[in-house]
Amino acid sequence: MTDVDITALAKLARLDVSDEETARLKTEIPGILAFVEKIQSASAHGSGEPLSPLLRNVMRADESPHESGEYTERLLKAAPAQKDNRILVKQVVSRKNKQ
Amino acid sequence: MDLSKLTIAEARRALDAKEYSALELTNAYLAAIREKDGEIHAYLEVWEESARAEAKAADERIARGESMPLTGIPIAVKDNILIQGRIASAASKMLEHYVASYDATVIQKLKMQGAVFIGRTNMDEFALGSSTENSAYGPTKNPHDTSRVPGGTSGGSAAAVAAGMALVALGSDTGGSLRQPAAFCGVVGLKPTYGAVSRFGLMAAASSLDQIGTIGKNIEDARTLLEAIQGHDANDSTSLPDVKASQSALKKRVGVPRAFLKDLNPEMLAKFEDTLASLREAGYEVRDVAIPALEYALAVYYIINPAEVSTNLARFDGIRYGHSVDAEAIQDVYMKSRGTGFGPEVRRRILVGTFVLSSGYVDAYYRKARVVREVIRADFAKAFESVDAIALPTAPSPAFKLGEKSDPVSLYLGDIFTVPVNLAGVPAISVPAGTVQRDGKQLPIGFQIIAPHRGEEILFNVGFDVEKAL
Repeated sequence: MTDVDITALAKLARLDVSDEETARLKTEIPGILAFVEKIQSASAHGSGEPLSPLLRNVMRADESPHESGEYTERLLKAAPAQKDNRILVKQVVSRKNKQ
Repeated sequence: MDLSKLTIAEARRALDAKEYSALELTNAYLAAIREKDGEIHAYLEVWEESARAEAKAADERIARGESMPLTGIPIAVKDNILIQGRIASAASKMLEHYVASYDATVIQKLKMQGAVFIGRTNMDEFALGSSTENSAYGPTKNPHDTSRVPGGTSGGSAAAVAAGMALVALGSDTGGSLRQPAAFCGVVGLKPTYGAVSRFGLMAAASSLDQIGTIGKNIEDARTLLEAIQGHDANDSTSLPDVKASQSALKKRVGVPRAFLKDLNPEMLAKFEDTLASLREAGYEVRDVAIPALEYALAVYYIINPAEVSTNLARFDGIRYGHSVDAEAIQDVYMKSRGTGFGPEVRRRILVGTFVLSSGYVDAYYRKARVVREVIRADFAKAFESVDAIALPTAPSPAFKLGEKSDPVSLYLGDIFTVPVNLAGVPAISVPAGTVQRDGKQLPIGFQIIAPHRGEEILFNVGFDVEKAL
């Protein structure tokens, strides 16, 4: 079984996980990784020519913008906290770190 | 009208002949929901008032002689598809009060036809699961046996159609989420070709796998709804160009990857063989096909899915949408909002996804899975050189008991026959194929037909022959 540091992983994923859940995940996550371990025995070579990939990244052309402000109110409404046409964000540097 | 047997075609005929109004039809469904949904819990919210208003508008349209195929047809919508001004929660506490800012393209298209939106249906939270037990609002029950799951993740949509609480339903399918609940509930579930239906306005779970599709009582209903929602959309970069379906004559050859069925329960295998036998009687040649990479499909899927899920769900940070827990610093807002807003399976997938994408493991897991996925795709393409369609059971068992599969891996194993389809991006349909008996109850099972890229017409043709035989 792969040894997984759940606490470090949760921090990477920005996810608060309780001690009780961490204990459970310590067996569950390696269990899932063992389940997908079979992939390591798969050959990376197909039976024929590689297919052209169906998936590609596409960026929308940066042109014909809509009227400024047309969707502002509607989109702002989805945010938990807003003020004066802005989404409110908590301070990025905490006071504790400043001391 | 008998809602348990009503089809779109019959409702269309009766509505246009003014035998009953769209309002009466909608009211009949609303009454059925009031009567049955307390026990089944297919719906998270029923839109009585707006549904009646939409039905009245449909009646005016019908009176003007301007009805379209879905004018006045009551449709249930999975809770991860956006309708402007209405809550769309993906069955998560994270989005409990989230009101959609815009219409999904599929909704826009249905509004243009004058369809009636009955309500939003229950699902596994953020479309992660196979039983609808991962909903933050309690599970949906299977209408055939309420001690059993309806399947998932589109379990609410499948149960609503099966119980006569919606005429048809929209859902989404990332690894079997339309086909498996359709099989468990005894209805038809259709996963179109990747890119055939726009996903603009569908909450992303795993973007390289997600596809909006349809659930109906029969193939014709699932197809009519698909025809209304498919087509190119500039708002979805993965959407395919519109092409006229080139319908080459079906040679009636169906392939079965026998090597992949060796562990199937004998009773389920026998039922599958029965359907194959009826296809042979209908003039099909059934032949063995080799798709060797199928044995890796579950492993590939359960790496790619969590990887993409962990990336997509990063947007739910307590700042831009939904649930937010106040804290002094932004990092704590993220941690606490996500920690309390997401349910256990979502948290599990995010952590697994973060692991397989993390430095030191990404090559062995995520990148390897992407390569093997291409092998699976190539194996399917090769198999389709000698057959028109491939047949598999939809699921290895009928509906299981609520709470029966509590550890994640035992639930994942049930997706064995559906995930390869999403990995290959091809279309597939689950058609009811008889029942098996469990605890004195007859439980439906599904027969899955898989076609090459953009081969939806093949699915319908083979599917009609399965429907006819049963």
